[in-house]
Amino acid sequence: MDFAEIRKKAIAGWKDLVSSKTPVIYLGAATCGRAAGIEAVAEEIRKISKELSLNIRLVEVGCIGPCYLEPLIYIQKNGYPSVCYGKITPRKIKKLLEDYLINNDPRPDLALGTLGDGQINGIPGLFEHPMLKYQTRLVLRNCGIIDPEQIDHYIARYGYLGIKKALGMSPSEVIDEVKTSGIRGRGGAGFPTWKKWEICHNVQSDDKYLICNADEGDPGAFMNRSLLEGDPHAVLEGLLIGAYAIGANHGYIYIRAEYPLAIKRLEHAISQMKSYNLLGNNILGSDFSFDIKIKKGAGAFVCGEETALIASVMGKRGMPMPRPPFPAISGVWGKPTIINNVETLGTLATIIRRGGEWFAGFGSKFSKGTKTFSLVGKVKRTGLIEIPLGTPLKTIIFDIGGGTSGDKKFKAVQTGGPSGGCIPAELISLPVDYESLMSAYSIMGSGGMIVLDEDTCVVDIASYFLSFIQAESCGKCSPCRIGTKVMLDILEKIKSGKGEMADIDKLISLAKTIKKASLCGLGQTAPNSVLSTLRYFRSEYEAHIIDKSCPALVCKDLIKYTISKEKCAGCGICREKCPAGAITGKKKKAHIINESLCVKCGICYQVCPAKYGAVEKKTGFLT
Amino acid sequence: MKNTIKNIIKPYQDEKGSLIPILQAVQEKTGFISEDAVSAIALELKMSEHEIYGVATFYTQFRYTKPGDHMVKVCLGTACHVRGGEQLLDRTETILNIKPGQTTPDSAFSLERVACMGCCALAPVIVVDNKIYPNVTVPKVEKIISKKE
Repeated sequence: MDFAEIRKKAIAGWKDLVSSKTPVIYLGAATCGRAAGIEAVAEEIRKISKELSLNIRLVEVGCIGPCYLEPLIYIQKNGYPSVCYGKITPRKIKKLLEDYLINNDPRPDLALGTLGDGQINGIPGLFEHPMLKYQTRLVLRNCGIIDPEQIDHYIARYGYLGIKKALGMSPSEVIDEVKTSGIRGRGGAGFPTWKKWEICHNVQSDDKYLICNADEGDPGAFMNRSLLEGDPHAVLEGLLIGAYAIGANHGYIYIRAEYPLAIKRLEHAISQMKSYNLLGNNILGSDFSFDIKIKKGAGAFVCGEETALIASVMGKRGMPMPRPPFPAISGVWGKPTIINNVETLGTLATIIRRGGEWFAGFGSKFSKGTKTFSLVGKVKRTGLIEIPLGTPLKTIIFDIGGGTSGDKKFKAVQTGGPSGGCIPAELISLPVDYESLMSAYSIMGSGGMIVLDEDTCVVDIASYFLSFIQAESCGKCSPCRIGTKVMLDILEKIKSGKGEMADIDKLISLAKTIKKASLCGLGQTAPNSVLSTLRYFRSEYEAHIIDKSCPALVCKDLIKYTISKEKCAGCGICREKCPAGAITGKKKKAHIINESLCVKCGICYQVCPAKYGAVEKKTGFLT
Repeated sequence: MKNTIKNIIKPYQDEKGSLIPILQAVQEKTGFISEDAVSAIALELKMSEHEIYGVATFYTQFRYTKPGDHMVKVCLGTACHVRGGEQLLDRTETILNIKPGQTTPDSAFSLERVACMGCCALAPVIVVDNKIYPNVTVPKVEKIISKKE
């Protein structure tokens, strides 16, 4: 079968699905949907459909983004758009199916919105939802819409037309098109994709490698996982385009072992590609041949660094190497090697298909296109989003995210993972692009965006990131290996209330040395979390040092739990739950916490019924 | 053990630099990387045992003792951290009376801390036997673990 026929068949199949006479239920079945319980919902639907003799088609899709509403389902009835429902439980589903599928009531009170052509009275379009309406979905266009295990779904929605078009162009023309698009690496550093490619393209070699970096190591970031789980073919098509442009004949996907579902989806997708001659020799009848292998990362953050990743692919310890030589000239087994991030690759097919100029129409002056972010932390609407670069932080956190959870005061947003920094509330109007984030002493990074509220201690956050880096430092160069350890010790000292003012200067001087003298990006950016929090929140460090207090009530050594005599109703729940036996009191009488027994686990604080709110955290009692 | 290793290595025989996937396959099959396994791999790949340990110990994925019947992983990614992941770890340590990396004396539970499960929107999460529990609170930890006992 040639590609035109494959495409015709795929389109027919897709039409058959979206205009199915039989009701279709799409299940949001990415990792987050599964964690939230979609499998139990699916099981219940199967049971109910038997009981009620309903004929239902079940289709698993990826994640559309509003993870806080998981598990999500979409019910599509013939002649109507799909209706999306959130927070579905096995208990809720039966009534919903009866109401909608039997009694024709789509339950607007439960619906989040409609998806697809047409309208249903009383239900807005899903993309009117505040979490979705500010988004521009180029790379996530299929996530949550198609079944990621059906290559035909991808093909029906313009899939593999990008590589088809690229194969009709010369590799240099492809590179030029990517240059016009202005796309910069989405893995963090923001290096122009075309520039990297051109270097490799110009090197003569029988073997060249293109690696997809799916070792999404930044804690608090899951954009790549979601894309690979929801639309693996988009990334694979990008790999084909990149490989054609640089002249690579071998491809690797280096992916974290912690992402089993994404790995499964990729393996499945690769076998489908082979059956359609989209992989192997003479792809789509051209002279271009390429193969792809999956390499599972074994848990080392530093392997996100290119030279370390290459060492790991070759079965060695993942330790960075000095450059030059640059990987584009000498990488895997000494051959020219390019490493591109999942999202960069996931965008390429659309760029080639619709043209670089079209893509460059999105975004800001030096940061073109869109970027995905995982919006998490202390924010109301958590999930995966995609916005044009240049969108202000305010839009992301307040309009899309709905502000902080529990309406606490917004304090800062952490971007760029362990290499990034905390951007304070004063800079909320900052546009999100590579340059602006750098000017605020943070970085874009791969797209983690962690919202911090007044209950987050910045000293604790800085020490969290530093302890992460310290544990992940490969140990090759001493500024990183020893320097981060010494910085971490100082932070621990400050957190425990034993810090001195001179420690702040020591931190800054160490940070400068580590940034200058470390071999690779991990070390060079390691002190950023400390430097940015010191820049914007110095007074909070001083509170820990001078007042021996933690204003956010986080640092264990500086806080204590007490029970308010006035508020405590003596219900006894805290006494029952206290693992240390530190709480005493008679029924209906105010309880007391014995400080010498208290382990500060916080259980009493969490279990005290909200109507009493009698357990309190205090700080500043040491001076 | 020698035969098990031989069978595991077979599909990788013609591939350069396959030590990591081999170790991953061994751990998946036998639960951990035993001394016997390392000797057998060394023999098959014609490498020294030191070299193998050198690579394996660089990566956090590999364990060298037999894990318990149930694996409890507490996620300490950034989102989990700011939403109380550390407290969940404290609580889990107290309930199981072990530290991360250890196994209970009755071999029922092993405890690990993980850097990020990528379920940040549902933070904080803990993972028991590959099932992810979302939005966990300190009091919930006990319920989740007691179900497995």
